Amino acid sequence: MARRIASSPAIDVAETSFAPIAVRGPRWDGRFTVLILFLPPALLLFTLFVVVPIGEAAWYSAFNWNGFGKPTNWIGLDNYRFVLETRAFWLALRNNGLIIAVSLAIQLPLALTLALMLAERFRGAVALRMLFFMPYILAEIATGLIFSFVYDGDYGLVASVWRTFGAEPPHLLASTDTAMLAVLIVVVWKYFGFHMMLFIAALQSLDKSLVEAARIDGATRTQTLRHVVVPLLYPTIRLSVFFAIIGSLQLFDLVMPLTRGGPADSSNTMVSFLYNNGISRMRVGYGSAIGVILFMICLTFAFTYKRWFMRDE
Amino acid sequence: MSSTGTSRAPFDPAALFKALFLAAVAVFVLVPLLATVLGGFKSLGELRVNPFGLPQRWEWQNYADILLSARYWQLLRNSLVISTLAVTLTLIVASMAAFAFAHVRFYGSSMLLSYLTLGLLFPAATAVLPLFIKVRDLGLLDTYFGVALPQVAFSLAMSVLLLRRFFKDIPYELLEAALVDGCSYIKFFRYVTLPLSRPILATVGTITFVNSWNAYLLPLVMLNTDALYPWPLGIMVYQGEYSSEWHLILAFITLTILPTIILFLLAQKHIVAGLTAGAVKG
Repeated sequence: MARRIASSPAIDVAETSFAPIAVRGPRWDGRFTVLILFLPPALLLFTLFVVVPIGEAAWYSAFNWNGFGKPTNWIGLDNYRFVLETRAFWLALRNNGLIIAVSLAIQLPLALTLALMLAERFRGAVALRMLFFMPYILAEIATGLIFSFVYDGDYGLVASVWRTFGAEPPHLLASTDTAMLAVLIVVVWKYFGFHMMLFIAALQSLDKSLVEAARIDGATRTQTLRHVVVPLLYPTIRLSVFFAIIGSLQLFDLVMPLTRGGPADSSNTMVSFLYNNGISRMRVGYGSAIGVILFMICLTFAFTYKRWFMRDE
Repeated sequence: MSSTGTSRAPFDPAALFKALFLAAVAVFVLVPLLATVLGGFKSLGELRVNPFGLPQRWEWQNYADILLSARYWQLLRNSLVISTLAVTLTLIVASMAAFAFAHVRFYGSSMLLSYLTLGLLFPAATAVLPLFIKVRDLGLLDTYFGVALPQVAFSLAMSVLLLRRFFKDIPYELLEAALVDGCSYIKFFRYVTLPLSRPILATVGTITFVNSWNAYLLPLVMLNTDALYPWPLGIMVYQGEYSSEWHLILAFITLTILPTIILFLLAQKHIVAGLTAGAVKG
C-alpha cells in the first residue's frame, strides 16, 4: 500500500502523457493477443492466492471448523466475540501499539539523524551506510536467533555484562516484564537501517539549490536543517511512518525465535497471536476471524492515513 | 570519520559528537553479529566465560561438521529451489502483465491495475488459514510450488507496479517504429522491452529473492516434511534439537546467513534500490 501511495503520482503523470495507439485494423489483433496472453497469468494467480483467501477468511470466520470436511457448524459472529473476549488479543494489540510507538519515538529520529550524518560524502560513509542497512536484509528468523543468544541468561552477551558487575544475570526473554522490551530493542536493531536508507535516498534527490539559497541568505547550519531540509523531507517522513506502522502490524518471524509470543502471551503480536491460537491448532474459524480483524485494521489504517496525511502526494 | 570537511578547525565538538555517535551505532549493530560468528569458533565452556572476545582456541570443528553435513546443504538447496521458482515465475508473470498495462490501452486497464495493487494493502498472514486450505485442496501441500506460488502472488502487486513504470519510460516511438516495420507486440516485448529492462528486472528479482529466501510463515504452514524445509525452518528445528549448545547453533546461524551476506555484498546496488524502491521515486 505504501508503495502504491508513493508511486501513484508517477502513474498519474504517465497516464496523461500516454499516447493512444493510432494504428487500427489488423494491429488490434496484436494488442488483443497481448491482452489475452499476458494478463491472465498474473490476474489468475493474484485472484486465487490473494483475493479469494481473504473472501474465504470472512466466510470461514462464521463457522466453528477444524479445516476438515465442509464447514457446517455456523456460529455467526461468535468467533469475533471470542477473539474480542480474549485478553491475549488485547495484549497483542497493545504490543503492536508499543512497536509503533518505539518506531516513531526512537527508530525514526535515529534513522533521520544517521541519514543526515551519512548523506554527506566522507571516508567511510558508504561503508557505514551498508553496515547499518545489513540487519534489514538478514532473515528475521536469523536475527531472532542471534538475539536469543544475546539475551540468553547463561551464555549470552547480556548475561556476561551482568556477571562482570557481579550480579545474577536476568533471563530477559523468560520474564513477562522484560520480554516485550527485549523484542522492541531487536525491532530497532533490525529496521532502523531501512528507514535510514529511505532518508538518504530522499536527501540525495533533494534540490540542493534550496539549501544553498538558505546558506547564502545567512541561515546557520542548524537553521537550514530545521527550516529547509527537514520540511523538504516531510513526504519521506510520512512514508517512513507508514512503513513502520504497516511493518509492525505484520511482525511475526522475529518474535517466534525470541519468545514465541510468551511468556504468558506478554510478547505476542497480532500475527503471532493468530499463529498460536488459529494456525497451530487448526481452528480455522477462530483464526480467520483474527485474520479478518487484522485485515480490517490494515485497510482502515491505510485509507485513513492516505486521506489525512498523504493527500497532496 | 571525523574529517568531514571541518578538519580545518582544530577542535570541533560537533564533529566529535558525530564520530562518537556513529561509532556507538556501529558497535550496536556489529557486536551481536561478530559475537555470533566468533561464538561458532568457541567451545561451549569458553562461550560461557568469554562470549565477546576472540576464541582462545579456534574450534574449526563446529563449522566443519556443519559444512560436511548433508543437512546444511539440503536446507540451502530447498531454499534455493523455492526462491528460484518464486523469482522466475514472478519475473515472467509480472513482466508480461506490466507490458500489457504499459503498452496496450484497453477498457478497464486502470481498474485492473488498482485491483492488483490491492495486494500491497495487507500482509499474507491475514488470510493464511484459507490459503492453507486452498493449497491443500489444489494438492500442493508439502511441495515447493505450494510455497512458491503464493509467494509469487503476493509479490505481483509491487513487481507489476515497478516494471510498468519502467516499461512506460521506453520511448513510445520505438514501439511505433517496430510496429510499422511489422514487428509484433510479443516480439517487441521479447526483443526490445526485456533486454532494455535488465536493471529493473534485476531489482525486482532481487526483492523477490530476498523475501522468498528469508520467508518463514508460508513454508511453516505449507510444508510438513523436514526434507523439504528451507533454511529458516531448518534452523529453528536445529535450535530445537541443540537447545543450549549455543556454540553449534551460532555456527549454524553464521553459515546460513552467509549466502545472504555474500549476495548483499555482490548486489548491494540492486538490493538497496529494490528494497527502498517505490518509496523514493514516487
